[in-house]
Amino acid sequence: MTRPTRRQREAFYARPWAGPTRRYDIVKEFVIALVVMALLTTGLAILFGSPDRKAITLQDWAKQAPADFVATTVAELDGTSGTATYGAPYTHDPSAGQKLLSLPLQRWGGVTEPIDASQVFVLGPLSTSSDPAISGPLSTYRAAGADQQSSWASKYGDALAKAPDGDPAKVTAGDYGPVPALANGLLTMAEQGGLDGLIQEQGGFYQTNYSRSLLFLADGSYLEAQARGENLGGDQWGMMNETGRYPGQAWLWLYTFWYQVKPFSTSDNADALVWGLMMVLSAALVLLPFIPGLRALPRRLGVYRLIWREHYRNAY
Amino acid sequence: MTAQPGDERMWTARLRRRAVDTLPPDKLLPDRQPAYVASWIYVFGVATLAALLVVLASGGVLALFGPQWYHTSTVGRFVNSLHLWSVELFFFAMVVHLWGKFFMAAWRGRRAMTWITGAIAFLGSIATAFTGYVLQSNFDSQWISTQAKDGLNSVGIGAWFNVLDYGQMLMFHIALLPAVLGFIVVWHVLLVRRRGVVPPYATDAEILDTAPDAEATAPEPTAPAPTEAARSDEVAS
Repeated sequence: MTRPTRRQREAFYARPWAGPTRRYDIVKEFVIALVVMALLTTGLAILFGSPDRKAITLQDWAKQAPADFVATTVAELDGTSGTATYGAPYTHDPSAGQKLLSLPLQRWGGVTEPIDASQVFVLGPLSTSSDPAISGPLSTYRAAGADQQSSWASKYGDALAKAPDGDPAKVTAGDYGPVPALANGLLTMAEQGGLDGLIQEQGGFYQTNYSRSLLFLADGSYLEAQARGENLGGDQWGMMNETGRYPGQAWLWLYTFWYQVKPFSTSDNADALVWGLMMVLSAALVLLPFIPGLRALPRRLGVYRLIWREHYRNAY
Repeated sequence: MTAQPGDERMWTARLRRRAVDTLPPDKLLPDRQPAYVASWIYVFGVATLAALLVVLASGGVLALFGPQWYHTSTVGRFVNSLHLWSVELFFFAMVVHLWGKFFMAAWRGRRAMTWITGAIAFLGSIATAFTGYVLQSNFDSQWISTQAKDGLNSVGIGAWFNVLDYGQMLMFHIALLPAVLGFIVVWHVLLVRRRGVVPPYATDAEILDTAPDAEATAPEPTAPAPTEAARSDEVAS
């Protein structure tokens, strides 16, 4: 038997319907749907409310995890922190950044939010202090050459890593120059609540951009530890969840899924690979009507027989 | 008022004629529809639209009082909860609607653009909801934004779409994305009204019976309703 061409099928399904019809009050249907949705929303809001765990401040961080705060401060000084080594869009580092199929898309995006980690997170805020316990060591640090600065910070960072619990008080003696005093000075500033404003205000009086504060906070491990405590880690499907027993962004399940499986879960380019894959899949969803094989899938699956069962029952 | 000769050539008259020709009132607001539209799956399209209105209304109230309001006010917290749950319901209805339309292959019969606008609306909704999650100005938004930045930065998007920039995200969430999404949703709904609901799969025989080549030998084209000759396993895409 001759099979219809694609053009014939399209023309057939595009014809105005000439079969049986039924009454349809589109306005009434919409009003009922609106009332039902409004009532359902209100009921769920009354029953479950919404999560609102207070944001972590730099003061909270310094008070709750001083060792992590000091270690992060030193990492900002010696240029080994997450932000200092990030590459675009925060730092000019041609060797940094993820690639997608060898394409350095991250680097191509450019440095649009330039951040000098040691200056913005540590030296800048410390320079506002008139406390001799800070200004003295700061002068010594600034007067030293870049190699000396780096050497002090690296040695102190290594010593902190070896100290029990990373406790600065238990670090063995060494040639750390003014770095311990600077780190302790920033810790004191943060504990007293002054650092949040000092980092944020560097962009001017009016600020709506929290990149600096968030990047500094994320450079430490305290934020992640808190998130893991709420089951929000990257390997805990964290991107789609939120604190408490709330559904979160359940619609991101596929995006989050890829991070749980190899090769994405072990790749240095995981983000770029997952984004690349999701862009391809999203394009496939949008262009589904034009993809041979996929566009015929609904017919093969046969769920339509359930949807239109009454129609087929009456027709055959 | 009496129409004058030449009125029909005015831009306004032409636009009105085009609009009415494309979407006559009985298509835009129909009171009859094909009998095959008789499944609960069809409810989820209008449910999605209804939930979207609740999202916009609750979001509008939050916008009136500012993004910090819900942290300090019981009423604000409740409105925030309304916004959250309306979004959850919106996505639930939309995903069911999307699957339903997939199983019906609703792009058939020159309805590809209806599918495309619907799929773009789905993806656009994800982006809009995401900007809302990074705007909560609480622990969740701190964590989500610092995690999400890596994905966006890895493909260069983060260079101009900075999820750590609260002000930029606020503009995207309450102005830019809703405007784009609203336009796409309206376009999608008008396409649904213009093209109608996709008919059930028919058999090859039924399609060939009504094909232009076959019409020469079949002077009375039949309606798309299947005939007794059709068997379900012959139903064609």
